[in-house]
Amino acid sequence: MSSVTQVTAKALVYYAFVLTVVIFTFVLHNSAFFSVENWLNIARQTAPVVIMAIGLNFALSVGMLDLSIGAVVALSGLVAAMLLPDYGVMIASVVALSLGGAIGAFNGYLSLRLAIPSLIVTLGTMVFLSGFVRYLSGLESIPILNKPFLILFGGGSLFGLPSLLFWVIGIAACVYCIFNYLQLGRRLLATGANSNAAQAMGVDTDKIRIIAMSLSGMFAALAGLLYAGRMQSARYTLGESELITVIAAVAIGGGSLMGGQVSIWGTVLGVWLIGVLNNGLILSGFSSNAQMMMKGIILVVAVGITYRARKS
Amino acid sequence: MIRTALDQIAIQVVDLHKYFDDAAVLRGVDFTVHRGEVVALLGDNGAGKSTLVNCIAGKLLPTRGEIQIMGSSHIINSPHKAQKLGISVVYQDLALIKEMTVVENLFLNREIKHRNQFLKRLGWLDKKAMRQRAKKLLRRLGSENIELEIPVSKLSGGQQQIVALVRSVISGADIIVMDEPTAALGNEQCNQVIELIRLLSTQGVTIILISHNLGQVTKLCDRAVVLCEGQTVADVAVKEVDQLALLALMSGVEPNRFSA
Ligand SMILES: Nc1ncnc2c1ncn2[C@@H]1O[C@H](COP(=O)(O)OP(=O)(O)OP(=O)(O)O)[C@@H](O)[C@H]1O
Ligand SMILES: [Mg+2]
Repeated sequence: MSSVTQVTAKALVYYAFVLTVVIFTFVLHNSAFFSVENWLNIARQTAPVVIMAIGLNFALSVGMLDLSIGAVVALSGLVAAMLLPDYGVMIASVVALSLGGAIGAFNGYLSLRLAIPSLIVTLGTMVFLSGFVRYLSGLESIPILNKPFLILFGGGSLFGLPSLLFWVIGIAACVYCIFNYLQLGRRLLATGANSNAAQAMGVDTDKIRIIAMSLSGMFAALAGLLYAGRMQSARYTLGESELITVIAAVAIGGGSLMGGQVSIWGTVLGVWLIGVLNNGLILSGFSSNAQMMMKGIILVVAVGITYRARKS
Repeated sequence: MIRTALDQIAIQVVDLHKYFDDAAVLRGVDFTVHRGEVVALLGDNGAGKSTLVNCIAGKLLPTRGEIQIMGSSHIINSPHKAQKLGISVVYQDLALIKEMTVVENLFLNREIKHRNQFLKRLGWLDKKAMRQRAKKLLRRLGSENIELEIPVSKLSGGQQQIVALVRSVISGADIIVMDEPTAALGNEQCNQVIELIRLLSTQGVTIILISHNLGQVTKLCDRAVVLCEGQTVADVAVKEVDQLALLALMSGVEPNRFSA
């Protein structure tokens, strides 16, 4: 057990990732697992989830939680798909992103105003939006034919690599910079770590919290656009089942679910790890039931280990 | 002490009251501090000193009364507002963010930004400039052994106090209120802090010092304002009274003999 506790919270995901890849490479040596095509496929599939998870880091950084991101993904995808034929890429994506940002800001405002935990507020928003997207779509999926949209958010490629991969790397780099090099990052983390002290130093913690929730919503909306682009259609189920993946990935990536600590590259790797596990399990012949059980286990184990590592 | 500009009044507290539900913690506090003065705020445990500090810092709203800064009355309804008025507070609990590093704490919310116009707009930090500035100030306090890049939680109580103090100095405040800034310090560091306070006051910084160390108060301060059960009971020039008299005032004996 001592070797496990020596693993620091932040490094855990790197070991786990390498270990998983090595194991599957041996087990699946005569399948397609260890091929560039399969890996690019995983990167493509997980891209929207990575963006959601990166966005969730904003909420977590200030000590809040955002359960509504899955539903925002669906809403954003649907709204964009419905606007695209008449208004084009520009307007459709700007409206979708703004809507996500506004919902996030509303979540934050409500949680502060009513002094109820963001967990409850966003749970309400999630259920409300889940109903709303069902109503909005009439349970139909809406096809997307707009070429520029599909190239930008979905199937395009550059230098032989999928554009979705560039989205992931680009967004992760930007958010990494926000947390490490910008004043905003300091304020976010200070608010999450000790809001009283941050307030005493003149940080407007309410404003910072609302900004954080708003960014969380906006990134979820972006994830919705990427989903819709990849699927070439939007459906009310988009993103619905990804919430647990996102939370598990952030936890195993070394971020704190209690606030004040984030790990952006850890988050990216955390999602990829779960993606590789899913992929490997499928290729090994396991069902999606096994995948779900695995995600549950990962969540608890990852949180357990990171808590231990932090305490020591 | 240098009195400039015809004894400019830095801060004036007029008939300040603060009630919590039905507990009257401040029941009429009056005092005036001039620019560049070092004034001690004395009082027994529970006299209301920290409550008064919190009112000045914008963490508590007074129930009644007035706080004037540089001659005009202000409602200080947030720490941010206090900061804008040039007030900085070293809190009794230090208000440091333990998980963040020493430099991050020193410059929280007043970070030095990049020189480039564009990056500055984005709020891009100039980490190097902050490190250099912090190093210089710590050296001046004889605390260059405090590492800048480790979390504050790894520092000793005394070192944390120094960090909280340096943070106030960095803020460039005109008025610094210190709630027991030397309580956890050893002799050596205490003297360094005293030197720093002297230096600040010659630079025109106004200092309100809360301390239970009467020896230190008599060495350092120009005047002492004494609180007893939420009221100002005395406002005396420190040179004119001895420590025993101060002690008597703090415990509520002979409240009238020295009052202004
Ligand atoms: N939020 C509050 N609600 C109710 N009573 C309070 C509150 N804050 C302080 N008090 C009471 O006000 C009184 C004065 O407290 P305060 O902390 O201002 O004293 P102090 O002079 O700073 O004491 P010390 O020297 O121990 O720091 C105490 O009796 C305390 O119990
Ligand atoms: Mg006190």
